[in-house]
Amino acid sequence: MTGPRWLAPLAALGGLLVLLPLLGLVARVEWTDLWSLVTSQESLTALGLSLRTAAVATLATLALGVPLGFVLHGMRGPVRGLVRAVVLAPLVLPPVVGGLALLYAFGRRGLLGEELGGSVAFTTLAVVIAQTFVAMPFMVVSVESALAARSGRHEAIAGTLGASRTRVLTRVTLPALAPALATGAVLAFARALGEFGATLTFAGSLEGVTRTAPLEIYLVRETDPAAAAALSLVLVAVAIGVVALAYRPLRGAA
Amino acid sequence: MRGGAGPLAVAGSVAALALSLTACTNGSADRGAASLAPGSEDTTLWVLAAASLTEVLEEIAEGFEADHPGVDVVGNYAGSSDLAAQLLEGAPADVFISADEANMDKVEGLVAGTPTVVATNTLTIVVPEGNRAGVAGLADLADDAVVTVVCAPQVPCGAATAALAAGAGVTLSPASEEQNVTDVLGKVSAGQADAGIVYVTDVARGYGVEAVPIDGAGSVVNRYPAAALTRAAQPALAQEFVAYLGGPEAQAVLAAAGFGAP
Repeated sequence: MTGPRWLAPLAALGGLLVLLPLLGLVARVEWTDLWSLVTSQESLTALGLSLRTAAVATLATLALGVPLGFVLHGMRGPVRGLVRAVVLAPLVLPPVVGGLALLYAFGRRGLLGEELGGSVAFTTLAVVIAQTFVAMPFMVVSVESALAARSGRHEAIAGTLGASRTRVLTRVTLPALAPALATGAVLAFARALGEFGATLTFAGSLEGVTRTAPLEIYLVRETDPAAAAALSLVLVAVAIGVVALAYRPLRGAA
Repeated sequence: MRGGAGPLAVAGSVAALALSLTACTNGSADRGAASLAPGSEDTTLWVLAAASLTEVLEEIAEGFEADHPGVDVVGNYAGSSDLAAQLLEGAPADVFISADEANMDKVEGLVAGTPTVVATNTLTIVVPEGNRAGVAGLADLADDAVVTVVCAPQVPCGAATAALAAGAGVTLSPASEEQNVTDVLGKVSAGQADAGIVYVTDVARGYGVEAVPIDGAGSVVNRYPAAALTRAAQPALAQEFVAYLGGPEAQAVLAAAGFGAP
């Protein structure tokens, strides 16, 4: 289906809206210094911290988001819609609101109290919590929609053959969900890598501890726009690569 | 479809991408739009000013508007380096007031005449109400047990903090180096940090915080230069506004907010 011809100019405008800012960024990159800017000690520290925290956050979304997807799928009626809306809220919350919410829950004066909150404040753990908070909806949504697309027939057969529910989960359902889990994980990783507002509000900004690549970009743009553009280019490349990777299985299945 | 991501996931990821791209905005655009709505026949004077001037400049603008019927002063507030960057990218404005001389120097080519220093500011320690950590001075902030938050040395308030600490022979061990003074204040008023270093005038802006003065704070003074811009749509009015900032009425407002005289 190609649609009427008048869609084309609007599509071109839409494409330009996305493409022009990216081109603008690329135009500001000083290519001769790119390598030295990206490999400066501050950039490498920030990139390394970003990769490590995003990887841990992705594992956390697997450990927590997959069960959430299952439970959500098992719910019925208006409760399901309500729970889904709450679980997916971090997707649409302004990042600074997410950061404040995390602060009021896990901060020193938060719901968890002084002791626990004090041990999280300004640590790398706070960064991982913020990233998991914003990235988990991707995993939940991936799992839930993949489960909805399954008939449950294989699970029923395995059950009649005497398999326990845990065995059905690990031997039948999870292997069948592998593509959805991969998509969810890749998107969660990308979202965690790009996390900015909640980290800034909740975790702070200290080199090697909480200053991830987006925070480093935000800071160096004050003094060194060339370094900010170079580091931005790296994140744009990672983002595009990750999204391309994540949607490959979808194209094959459609 | 077999196990792939559903359309909901696609929509969700698009939304999230859009969000992360808009993560870094400030409220200045809203402010401008809101002030534009009524009295669009008025002459509008666009002032880009350092975020620390937000409250005082609104008050000063009211006085200026009272003296100049039909003139509407619209303030656009952000970090001075953000404003300087916006000016260099071609943002239209009549007047620029920076929180430091370095950012005024960046836009030198866009300034009509010479910038005038209209206010000064010094640093202070700020602690959550009650001062639980018992901070008495700069030396206490070298203690790792006192969770301290400062501005990063790359931004003006951080550069001033570093200069002050070096002058006092204190090695700070901050838990976080924030991007701007508002974020430092936020961490202290949220109780996340036991102490922060901000400008004297910021204390009144903070919620649930109190100041602990720094001995010798006067050795590092931050100057606020103001200048009319060459691309001003209202060049004469812009010059008048800069002159008004140095006059007795505006200076009284600045002094009441804790700013030092130029």
